[in-house]
Amino acid sequence: MATIEWKSGVVSAGGTALHVIRGGHGSPVVILHRDIGTLNRLPFYDLLAQRHEVLIPHHPGYGESPRPDWAANVRDIAVIYRALLAELELPEAPIVGLGFGGWIAAEMATFTPAATTPLVLVGAMGLKPPSGEIMDQALVSYIEYVRAGFHDPKGFDGNYGNSPSTAQLVQWDLCREMSFRVAWKPYMYNDSLPHLLRGVRTRTLVAWGDDDRIVPRSVADLYAARLPNATSATIAAAGHLVEMDQPEQLARLISSFIAAT
Amino acid sequence: MHLMYFTEQPMKDYPAEAGLEIGFTSLLMSNKHFNPAVASRLYNEFLENYVYAEEMGVDGIMLNEHHNAPFCMQAKANVFASLLAGMTKRVKIVLLGNPLPLSDNPVRLAEELAMIDMISKGRLVSGFVRGGGQEQLATNANPAYNRERFQEAHDLIVKTWTVPGPFRWEGKHYHQRVVNPWALPLQQPHPRIWIPGVISHETIVWAAKQGYPYIALNTSIEDTKKIWARYDAAAAEVGYTPGPENRGYLIRCHVAETEEKALESARQFLWMDGEFTGRLKPVWASPSGYFSPSSRESFVQFVAGTSASPSRPRKTFEQQVADLQIVAGTPGQVVASLRKIMRETRPGIMAFWGNDGRMSQPDARTSIRLLGQEVMPALRETAKELDLKSPFEADMPVSRAWAEAHRSEAAE
Repeated sequence: MATIEWKSGVVSAGGTALHVIRGGHGSPVVILHRDIGTLNRLPFYDLLAQRHEVLIPHHPGYGESPRPDWAANVRDIAVIYRALLAELELPEAPIVGLGFGGWIAAEMATFTPAATTPLVLVGAMGLKPPSGEIMDQALVSYIEYVRAGFHDPKGFDGNYGNSPSTAQLVQWDLCREMSFRVAWKPYMYNDSLPHLLRGVRTRTLVAWGDDDRIVPRSVADLYAARLPNATSATIAAAGHLVEMDQPEQLARLISSFIAAT
Repeated sequence: MHLMYFTEQPMKDYPAEAGLEIGFTSLLMSNKHFNPAVASRLYNEFLENYVYAEEMGVDGIMLNEHHNAPFCMQAKANVFASLLAGMTKRVKIVLLGNPLPLSDNPVRLAEELAMIDMISKGRLVSGFVRGGGQEQLATNANPAYNRERFQEAHDLIVKTWTVPGPFRWEGKHYHQRVVNPWALPLQQPHPRIWIPGVISHETIVWAAKQGYPYIALNTSIEDTKKIWARYDAAAAEVGYTPGPENRGYLIRCHVAETEEKALESARQFLWMDGEFTGRLKPVWASPSGYFSPSSRESFVQFVAGTSASPSRPRKTFEQQVADLQIVAGTPGQVVASLRKIMRETRPGIMAFWGNDGRMSQPDARTSIRLLGQEVMPALRETAKELDLKSPFEADMPVSRAWAEAHRSEAAE
């Protein structure tokens, strides 16, 4: 596997500064990270960057992107990202949304219902589960929440270490605060989204870990039912954090889905 | 000197073993363990004790509220305040206080408080708090907007009390088409506002700049002095020098006929493992966004459950007695200890957290009687010697904003 040279910089999207990590060669793919932020390097990113130019923006108010104090909901973030893609001259880039990032990606898709570029939702939040509940991170510690995202308990230590650093805890706290600002009530979903999805023609892959304990499977089924051009895929031996539990499987699935377009 | 009686209103008959088994006694401890028949008896005992405290000579009854936990049965301070408005004749009814961010309609709060003030014939002191971390979760108030909601709700309530309606309010968190309640406070321009807290830098500075007395909640003498230093510095910035009338102090204080009996009962102050708010998961006490960004780095290990609280180190009963954070004894012993606190920290307001935990009703009443009849008269003498005046005695303006407006009116 070729070594990827990753670079990062700040891009202004309609006045909102966003920290963007870029690497790899090929057709562009934008990855929208989770509510717990993202590590700067992941085997999953490296794998995808073998075939694509991968762009990983830090959400406004998460990681190294400063917080826009006015942002009040997830749709605001989706609009900021539409402005970012316009600024980068990549308005048609395929988007891969992981968990909370999947919710942002789904909101973005509703703004451009005619878009033909592919969309990938992985364990996406954003819809009220027809059965079950989205796990409430407010009731558990940062560490308990992230641990609950793994299928393989060893995955936590492998990615974050047995005892995460104070810097990592500060990051999780910042991310959590911003998630509360935009998704506190109702928690992690938008009641109008299932209705708006019906008009989205975008070809969508709805991917889910078979052991997701954060977002119930019923949400995947609802996305697949409401999006007219959706395909579903289940990843075996994966929790909510599919990209860390099964990086190779997920990267392969995404690349072939994009290539089939 | 203003001297008050306080109790957390403990649900003392909850099954402690159930809490020990699950490891917490708040927020998620099931209310299947709540016994309304027992609670009905306890509520009525608390009411009897408040009325008794007035008979025994206290100046004020301090009330508060918490949610989802046996350590405090008051889920709405205004309910007891309303009852006491009708049942008592002389004492100040001191709410410390209404948790503003938990309210989605501060105008409604302003109305309730105005009614309490009128029914009590002007005896209300209307303190405001941000509410503890777990209260945000218990009532689904967004912790990330806690401070913004506190300040905006405060501004709206004060405006409702002082500016004739109707007016419209379009804030960030509160929106009111018509503010025009036909219920206004009897006290003019409005009831006094006192702000209780521990050591939150922002709240101390805010209270000082508003000119509101700050009530330090059972802090050590050393921490209390740090609070006054912060308060005084902030007051100096806006151009005034605070006195004892700006300073309040809550102390756990149990009095009995013998020292042995007092110390035995006072151990109940640590009934929930020494935690004021019961045992809880640290993340409930500090939901993200609730604390100041400046303390994020020092708090995250605690919130993650990997270190002790940086702001509230655990102490044994003996240590707390030695540090005068718990005062227990005969009236003479208690007076000696409290005089030391008064000399060191010079408060104009003192609240006595008289009973807690599983203390018996007779012991609670003995403590109230000895506090009111023996301890408080001695402390009033000391207050005279030390010139410790309450906000009432000092005729302190209700706020800096009011004092400024009044001054410019007078100048015109």
